[in-house]
Amino acid sequence: MRKSFIRELLSNQICIPVAALLILTIFNLIVDPGFFRITLGQNSAGFPVLTGYLITILDYGSELAILALGMTLVTSSSGGQDISVGAGIAIAGSVILRVLCGTNSRPDTLQAPVIVAFLVACIAAMLCGAFNGALVAYFRIQPMVATLILFTAGRSIAAWINNNELPIISDPSFAVYGGFIPGVPLPTPFFIALLCIIVMALVLKFTNLGLYTQTVGINENAARLNGLNPQLIKFLSFVILGLCVAVCGLIKVSRLSSINYSVIAKDIEMDAILAVALGGNALSGGRFNIWASVLGAYVIQFLTTTLYKMNVQSDALPAYKAVVVILLVVMSAPSVRAKLAALTARRRNEAKEA
Amino acid sequence: MKKRLAALLIAAMFAGVLAGCAAAPAAAPAAAPAAQEEAKEEAEEPAEEAAEEAAEPAEEGGLIKVGIINNDPNESGYRTANDKDLKAMFTEENGYEASFAYSLKNDEQINAAQKFIQDGVDYLLLSAADTAGWDSVLKDAQDAGIRVILFDRTIDADESLYEASIVSDMAKEGETAINWLKGQNLDSYKVIHLQGVMGSAAQRGRSGALDDAVANDGFELVTQQTAEWNAEKAQQIVQSVIDSGAEFNVIYAENDDMAKGAVAALDKANISHGVGKDVIVMGFDCNKWALEELLAQNWNYDGQCNPFQAAYLDEIIKKLEAGETLDQKVVIMEEKGFDATTITQEDVDNYGI
Repeated sequence: MRKSFIRELLSNQICIPVAALLILTIFNLIVDPGFFRITLGQNSAGFPVLTGYLITILDYGSELAILALGMTLVTSSSGGQDISVGAGIAIAGSVILRVLCGTNSRPDTLQAPVIVAFLVACIAAMLCGAFNGALVAYFRIQPMVATLILFTAGRSIAAWINNNELPIISDPSFAVYGGFIPGVPLPTPFFIALLCIIVMALVLKFTNLGLYTQTVGINENAARLNGLNPQLIKFLSFVILGLCVAVCGLIKVSRLSSINYSVIAKDIEMDAILAVALGGNALSGGRFNIWASVLGAYVIQFLTTTLYKMNVQSDALPAYKAVVVILLVVMSAPSVRAKLAALTARRRNEAKEA
Repeated sequence: MKKRLAALLIAAMFAGVLAGCAAAPAAAPAAAPAAQEEAKEEAEEPAEEAAEEAAEPAEEGGLIKVGIINNDPNESGYRTANDKDLKAMFTEENGYEASFAYSLKNDEQINAAQKFIQDGVDYLLLSAADTAGWDSVLKDAQDAGIRVILFDRTIDADESLYEASIVSDMAKEGETAINWLKGQNLDSYKVIHLQGVMGSAAQRGRSGALDDAVANDGFELVTQQTAEWNAEKAQQIVQSVIDSGAEFNVIYAENDDMAKGAVAALDKANISHGVGKDVIVMGFDCNKWALEELLAQNWNYDGQCNPFQAAYLDEIIKKLEAGETLDQKVVIMEEKGFDATTITQEDVDNYGI
């Protein structure tokens, strides 16, 4: 009875990111336990703030976690990935700054409330998502090819939205979204991510979105025969990802109170896809565990922060992530899995005989 | 009905995005103040060409005909300033009849050069997208009696094919900055070094001076990392140093964007920076917004990468027209470094790009 419980735990897909997290944690404990030190300091306004590597992971991993939510749905329903999220973030961020700045690129005060700017950005990003979704769902273009369009053109569109100017917001109240809420010792992006996760949890609990998405991903024809509209589900998943992109855009531009169209959220799409893979979700669609993806996102940031701490050259980071990808792909390959299963079965038999 | 509506919607969206694509390229590459040096080094980015000619009547009135081949002015703040400077200098009032051609692609630039040769310009001013492939077209120019002057970028061609080249000395930019830093007489120098894209001329030049200081003057590198001209990466790198608890008192960022990212991390951790504060912040390129930070004394130093080559070009052409010979083939531009304690609003207006 107990044995089967453990086996069940091991076969659960969340065990992949948890194992990765454990490995990283043990590695850091051995190399330098100081990694886990968290100190309580004060910021310039005299409010308490927590600092430390772990806080940094929670902080910078937030965008990735939010993206992982949407990316998991897209992966599940369409069996492909959206590679235009980085460009989408550039567009959303550009829209936010455009609305906040009005016609002047260096306003002393905000020209519109942040919430208005954010809502406009949501619409823009969801339109981008809808464009991708329409191409995938209704025109049956491969997701990666369909999103390649915005991947290529998105950053140019972002620059065009602001007339190629470089808006800079000097109002400190805007920096809150990528910094700290006065009086709260944890960084704001973490709370934003938490909010998104809670909303997603509620949606999955009280609607059939999760079930329908998986159904479409597993077998589109069977889903249609059962009265679902696969095209709509796919379309919807891309629009939801668009919403996630808009939230990330807000955090990203708030961090620097400015934007650089060509490098904002550079290569984040790869990290988001990796988060989904690290969560043990099949990249070919179907069943998914969204919480494993979120955990995967934080694990990736954990890895990034660890590498930065070890003073690994930042242009070498992708190589380390590539190692993780290779390991994941090899581990999830059917032939390797079959061999592993055979190995454990034989060992169990030997144990029984002994 | 619903289906038809959806189809209509998609069609509209498709058209909208296509229109966006069409409009965007013209705006595209300006995107990147950070990619400035990168692009300056190797303009291989798949960017569009925007060939355009200043429509001026081709009348012979003692005007000197110049054909100017440049990279796209939207590529970066540097290029925009550079193009503006050239356009202001080569006017009819100043005795020039100028035609402009822009491209980030070498082959298109070579085509433009051939066209200028056919048009019979007197001078060909060239900022080459790529260093290779210019020999034959420059030979044609030479045979046609057209004199070639390079600006901003050098090419791999025989020196006899051009009269002069006007370039920035990145190593000197670094030296100027490091000499300024030495002049601050700090008790110790614990430096966070944020490098540009590794291997680019701007990175090598600006890193070289600091590496020398580390080897010879007891400077200490807390960390030396490439942030690839990227503010976000710079922020994470500096954040990591702050988390480690290591002490530092200088941030040497090889462009303004990375300095900005570093400052964002400092602000978040409540570490004071600027004139008379805990950490000295140094940047390069003299973007206008960066010089404003200097003026507000939030940063300490900004090194110039001079985009204003028109005056040098004018001087050389005047000399050649007068039949004089040039003293030197390679002209290195004067480049300043600005100190937050002495910078004025005038400097910001004149040198900000």
